[in-house]
Amino acid sequence: MKRPPIHLMHARDRERRHLLRGAVAAAGAAALAGCDRLSNNESFVETLKQAQHLSRAVQSVVAPRPAMAQEFSPKDIAPVFRSNGTLNPRDADYRALQAANFADYRLAVGGLVEKPGEWSLDELRAMPSRTQITRHDCVEGWSCIGKWTGVPLAHILGRVRPLAGARFVLFRCFDSMGDPSPSAPDSHYYESIDLEEATHVQTILAYELNDRPLPVSNGAPLRCRVERQLGYKQAKYVRAIELVPAFGQIRGGKGGYWEDEGYEWYGGI
Amino acid sequence: MDPAPAPASASSIERRFYRHRLPVRVMHWINVACLAILLMSGLGIFNAHPALYWGRDSTFAQPWVVLWAKRTPNGPVGRTRIGSTEFDTTGVLGLSKADGVLTARAFPAWATIPGPQSLATARHWHFFFAWIFVVNGLCYLLWTIFSRHLVRDLVPTRDELARIGRSFVDHLLFRHAAGEAAKRYNVLQSLTYLVVIFVLLPLVVLAGLAMSPRVDSVLTGWVELLGGRQSARTLHFLAAFGLLAFVLVHVFEVFVAGVWNEMRSMITGWYVLPAGTASRPMAASVAMPDEESGAHAPTAAVPKEVQP
Repeated sequence: MKRPPIHLMHARDRERRHLLRGAVAAAGAAALAGCDRLSNNESFVETLKQAQHLSRAVQSVVAPRPAMAQEFSPKDIAPVFRSNGTLNPRDADYRALQAANFADYRLAVGGLVEKPGEWSLDELRAMPSRTQITRHDCVEGWSCIGKWTGVPLAHILGRVRPLAGARFVLFRCFDSMGDPSPSAPDSHYYESIDLEEATHVQTILAYELNDRPLPVSNGAPLRCRVERQLGYKQAKYVRAIELVPAFGQIRGGKGGYWEDEGYEWYGGI
Repeated sequence: MDPAPAPASASSIERRFYRHRLPVRVMHWINVACLAILLMSGLGIFNAHPALYWGRDSTFAQPWVVLWAKRTPNGPVGRTRIGSTEFDTTGVLGLSKADGVLTARAFPAWATIPGPQSLATARHWHFFFAWIFVVNGLCYLLWTIFSRHLVRDLVPTRDELARIGRSFVDHLLFRHAAGEAAKRYNVLQSLTYLVVIFVLLPLVVLAGLAMSPRVDSVLTGWVELLGGRQSARTLHFLAAFGLLAFVLVHVFEVFVAGVWNEMRSMITGWYVLPAGTASRPMAASVAMPDEESGAHAPTAAVPKEVQP
C-alpha cells in the first residue's frame, strides 16, 4: 500500500499539517521575539561575548605569537585604499596641525614606562622602518590591500622601556566620534592592544600609504597597523600612546571606542 | 487508495523500528538550533556590507552580488544585483519593513538575529554558536565513524548506487520506501547527507575561519587556496545557502514522508515502517520487518543491529 499522492491526502492529514504549519510559524515568531529580547539582555550578550576568549586562546595556539599576516605583491595593491570611520577630523587641535602639514605634530609616548618620549614626524621617519603590503579586513566584511611604511611599534617601545606592570598599549586619537567641541563629552577614538600584538614584527606606526604620506582620510599623520586584527583595532590619527596595566577604568572600560559600543576587544576574528 | 494505517493499530506496533540512536537525535537537534541561529546572525553580519566579491580583496566597483535601496521618483525601492542582472526586491531584499517602518537593509528583520540591525550583537551570536556547532559537528563525525554509522548507513552500497535513477523517479513521484526498505536511507538521501557532511559543512567552517585575520596567519597564505579572503566570504555565503537549500528539501521530505512518524523517530528514536510493498527495488523481497531481527520489537531498547 503506497502512500497516497499529496493531493489525495486525507482531510485529517491535511488538517494536521495545517495545524502543524501554524504551530511551526507561531513557534518561529516566538523564537525570533525571544532572540531579540535576549539580544537586549546585557548578561546574555555578555555570556555570548565570552566566546571571544575561547577563540582568542585557540587562535593564539594555532597561530602563535610570531605567525605572520600574509603580505602581497605590488600588483595586488588596490587602486584606491578605502577609508572608513572618521574621514576628516573636525577637532580644532587636529585642524591646526593639519594646516601646518603636521610640522608641529609630536607623538607622545608615556604611561607605565621608564623613559617617556616625544617625537616629531621627521624623527619618526628617521627611525628604522618597515614596509609591508597587507590586507586590511574591516569588521563589516570588506577587504582592501595597501602598502604601509612606518616605524615598528616594538622599536618605540624599546625606546621608552615599558615597566613591569604595563600590559596594554593604548592609542589616544585626535578624532572625536561625536561632538568635537571641548565642552561635549569625550568621544575621541581610542584603542588598545596587548604587548604581544604590540611587539609583533608587522605592528607598525605607519606614516606612508602606497609610497605617499598618509592621507587624512586614512589617518594622517600616523596610524597603527595591527595586521592580524580587524580594521577597528588599527587606530587612525594617533595623538599619543600610553602603556597601561588595564583599561577597565578608561572611558567605557572596554578598551576602545568600538569596544565600548559592543564590539569585541579581541579583533582577530 | 488505501487509507494510511492508524498509528496505534496493532500492526503498526509490530512495525515499530528503532531508527535513530540517542546521540544522533541529540546532535541533530543541537544542529537545528545552531544552524538556524548561525544562518540568521550571519545574515545580520552580511547586512553590514551587503556585497560579495571574488578575489583577495574587495573590488568595490564590481561586486558579483549586491543588495541596496535606491531612491526613485516614486519612493525608495529595494534592488538586488547578481552578476549583471538586476531585480526589484522591494519588501524583502534591499528595502523592507522593520518595526513597521520601511528601512534600507539587505536582508529583512525577520531573517536576521537580532532583528534590529546590529553588527556587534550579530557577531556575538554567530561566534558563540559557531563554537557549539563545530564541537557538535566534530562529535558527530567521531561518533559516526566509530559507531560505524558512516559505513553501514551513510555510504550507499554498489547496488544502491546502480539504482540511483530509480530513486530519482521515486522522489519525483513522492513515492516513499515502505517495509524493510524504509529501514535504510535511500541512495539520494545518503548521498545528500554525505555531501552535506563532507563538502558543505567543512567548506562553511573553513571559509568562515578564512575570514579571521588571525587564523589567516596560521599557515601564512593558506587563504589563497580558497581564492583569497573575499572569495572565502563568498564561499561561506554560498555554502550557507547550500545548507539552507538542504534544510528546505529535508523538511519538505519530512512532510511528504509523514511528519508525525519522522518527527517521532528523531525525538524518541522509534519509527513505524510504512506497510506494504515498497516501490524501492531493494525492498522487493521483504515487505514486512524480519521476525528474526528483533529490530522492530518495541521492547528492545537498543537492538544489536541498529539501523540508521
